[in-house]
Amino acid sequence: MRAALVHRPIDAAALTKEVARHANGATLLFIGTVRDVNDGRGVTGIEYTAYESMAERELADIVHEASAEFATTDIVVEHRLGALDLGDASIVIAVAHPHRGAAYDASRYVIEQIKRRVPIWKREHYVDGTRQWVGASTSARPVTDAVETG
Amino acid sequence: MTVTVLLFASYADVLGRGSLSLDLASGATVRDALREIQSMPGAERLPMQPLVAVNERYARVDRVLADGDALAVIPPVAGG
Repeated sequence: MRAALVHRPIDAAALTKEVARHANGATLLFIGTVRDVNDGRGVTGIEYTAYESMAERELADIVHEASAEFATTDIVVEHRLGALDLGDASIVIAVAHPHRGAAYDASRYVIEQIKRRVPIWKREHYVDGTRQWVGASTSARPVTDAVETG
Repeated sequence: MTVTVLLFASYADVLGRGSLSLDLASGATVRDALREIQSMPGAERLPMQPLVAVNERYARVDRVLADGDALAVIPPVAGG
């Protein structure tokens, strides 16, 4: 069981090996990647930033919760920070379990909780040269006001 | 007492910095600290009740602060 923030490309194959045990009949790999479009706007890349000490603590909490709930210690998560290009993996979650049902449930739990709780932010860069913090539109500012040139 | 305020992402942009120190009266709460922060230039772009964390744990606005606490103002998270 392990969770980490990294500032380098994530090696999904290494994470898969890390959760492999003969007791496990199911291994799941979730890879979140940078997409070329969001809300209809062309995206060229994303920069990720975090409140790193708190984010690592929350990630560890989530992995422990999933381990307790779904009865496996074979869960490894890495979330990448920094400037990512299209297709780069921003997150990899490897889960292994004796049975596939619990493996799917645990993997889903981990990604959904990360999206809800972990203090990580992303700024999308668009084909028109602008960039914007994702989610900033939920503040008091109108969406258009949150766009800056960069 | 002194509390360190940590700002991130869009909130750091609107306030023009990633951290600041606040001098608060003893017994001050997160709500009191937010009121101070929201009086600063640029802070009119912050939401009225942002998410906050004290010493790396999410906290409520009625949480009483202590000298040396780290108060993080957390923009909408977007990990994954």
